[in-house]
Amino acid sequence: MTGPPRGTAARTEQRLRAVGLVALAAVALAIPFFFGSFRVGQFTQAIALAVAVLGLNLLVGYSGQISLGHGAFFALGSYVSAILIVRADVPYLLTLPIAGAACFAAGLLFGLPALRLRGLYLALVTLGLAIATPQLIKRFDGLTGGTQGLSVPRPAAPAWSGLADDQFLYLLTLAGAVVMFALAVGLVRGSVGRALIVVRDNEIAAKTMGVNLATVKTRAFAVSSMYAGVGGALYMLPIGFVAPESFPLALSFGFLAAIVVGGLATIGGAVFGALFIEFVPVYASDVDEALAGVIYGTVLIAFMYALPDGVMGLARRLWARRPAAAPPSREQDAAEDGDADGLSRGGARSEDVVQGIPGGSSR
Amino acid sequence: MERVVQVIVDGWATGSLYGALALAVVLIYRSTGIVNFAQGEMAMFSTFGAWALLEAGLPLALALLGTLVLSFLGGMLIERVIVRPVEGGEVLTVVIVTLGLFILINSGAGWIWGFGNRSFPSVFGDGTLAVAGVSVAVESLGIVAVLIAIVALLFVVSQRTRLGLAMRAVAMNPDSSRLVGISVGRTLMVGWGIAAVVGAVAGALIAPRLFLDVNFMGGVLIYSFAAATLGGFDSPLGAVIGGWIIGIAENLAGTYVDFIGADLKILVPLGVILVVLLFRPTGLFGSAGVARA
Repeated sequence: MTGPPRGTAARTEQRLRAVGLVALAAVALAIPFFFGSFRVGQFTQAIALAVAVLGLNLLVGYSGQISLGHGAFFALGSYVSAILIVRADVPYLLTLPIAGAACFAAGLLFGLPALRLRGLYLALVTLGLAIATPQLIKRFDGLTGGTQGLSVPRPAAPAWSGLADDQFLYLLTLAGAVVMFALAVGLVRGSVGRALIVVRDNEIAAKTMGVNLATVKTRAFAVSSMYAGVGGALYMLPIGFVAPESFPLALSFGFLAAIVVGGLATIGGAVFGALFIEFVPVYASDVDEALAGVIYGTVLIAFMYALPDGVMGLARRLWARRPAAAPPSREQDAAEDGDADGLSRGGARSEDVVQGIPGGSSR
Repeated sequence: MERVVQVIVDGWATGSLYGALALAVVLIYRSTGIVNFAQGEMAMFSTFGAWALLEAGLPLALALLGTLVLSFLGGMLIERVIVRPVEGGEVLTVVIVTLGLFILINSGAGWIWGFGNRSFPSVFGDGTLAVAGVSVAVESLGIVAVLIAIVALLFVVSQRTRLGLAMRAVAMNPDSSRLVGISVGRTLMVGWGIAAVVGAVAGALIAPRLFLDVNFMGGVLIYSFAAATLGGFDSPLGAVIGGWIIGIAENLAGTYVDFIGADLKILVPLGVILVVLLFRPTGLFGSAGVARA
């Protein structure tokens, strides 16, 4: 991150990062053309999950509050979209923003009382929400189809595109995810992101600087719920079916495992985390039904001990330690150089995660 | 009239079970500031342990006794191995670790014993007793009595023994406690052990009323959190009374409010938590926290 002639080093890194993004985009676009339709379906689901994981990471990673109920908002988004399509014939693309808006509103409503106290109570209330979700869905069976679930016509590929349906659905989901990720990057880099981080790291300081804690927290929760809702709708569309059993407590825990694995307070970590929770259960269930849960649990604990900034943090540290660079004083440099460029900001962020999350400070 | 009394006594018994688990949660919260999300799953695991001992041919009393001993050791082990490294750290870290423990114990039990459900015998049998002309289940009265006994025992231990004194000191100020020669680590371990035992008692008493499966404590945990919130998160007596209020309210609502019925009973604790947070965040008996920069 430093290297003696800083300017050039930073520029090279920026260029490298751009190259990396282009490569990632190329891989993402190539996937539907290189895998069979079953595999493509799994990647489609992973992308939809990534949107929800990103939403949870905005909340947990950036604002330091814990929600165990994002499965509930994920479910709400799925059902809003499904019900609009099935019962009101709304075009499917239009249901995505509506699902997002509905979850935003639900998040506000729910967060308002829970956020008056720090972290903990939100976790309690949302845990209850996640446990109650399947029952709630079944209770309103007139609307949701109850235990039988709802079958939703899957969007078909337009004839001119020459794509198979599963390829089209993949690209559709990817497009939705790209929009949501771009929005998140903007949000995190702007004043909202800074306010969130201050609230997480030092509430009193935040208050002193004129950040309205309740407002910031409640909005963060609402935005995060909105992401979960859009993710849920994106998840439902390619499958074409929703049922109460699609949203067990394990889903909410999976989201949490995903952000811890990917890296708290990172945008890119959401993708890795989503791939993790999409594919680990697939392979783990070959061994034992319970194995996925055992892995999630172990991973949550082990990462909090050993890799509190997740895979993304590890990647950053390895990158910073590459042969050509960085005398050991890089923390100071990263902290000092303010916002010279995107990358050193990224560096500063990963450092503040290291200090902020893993129990460095005393109570 | 008789029906109302039965509903209330049943609710009181159920509430005692919520209170027992809430008590376990509060005991740990008081001494370490940690909300142990895995408390219910620890109790579930203990109950499965009791079931396994029964299957191995032990009589019920012996199986339960063995379970309590094992739970005590298990609770201490969990504190020492899993919780100690993050104790006193950021709330987020600690919560994620106890959640990891939640998932790990839940899936671990599923791995060992499968996901099917089993029946678990009740200590109190299924007789009824006529009290003032109303017949109530012996089990319900027994459960209430057990909880009261636990609270009394904990009170004596806390107020009249050196261990209790040490635990109160550690809860109040770990650093000063260490200076006067209390082994803070060992005290906390014992605290977790006691909480695990209280949880195990709750599990063994709840299992006969529900079916024993790996998820049977999930719902109970929410009720217990509601009980602890209502009573004040740092008040053991509050946890018990909160449990009673919620158990009775839940049973009345489930019986007499049509919309709620059996399916949506889970909304009762959620509603309670939200209302308490809005109007009295410290709960009925809790003390207000003071933040220092």
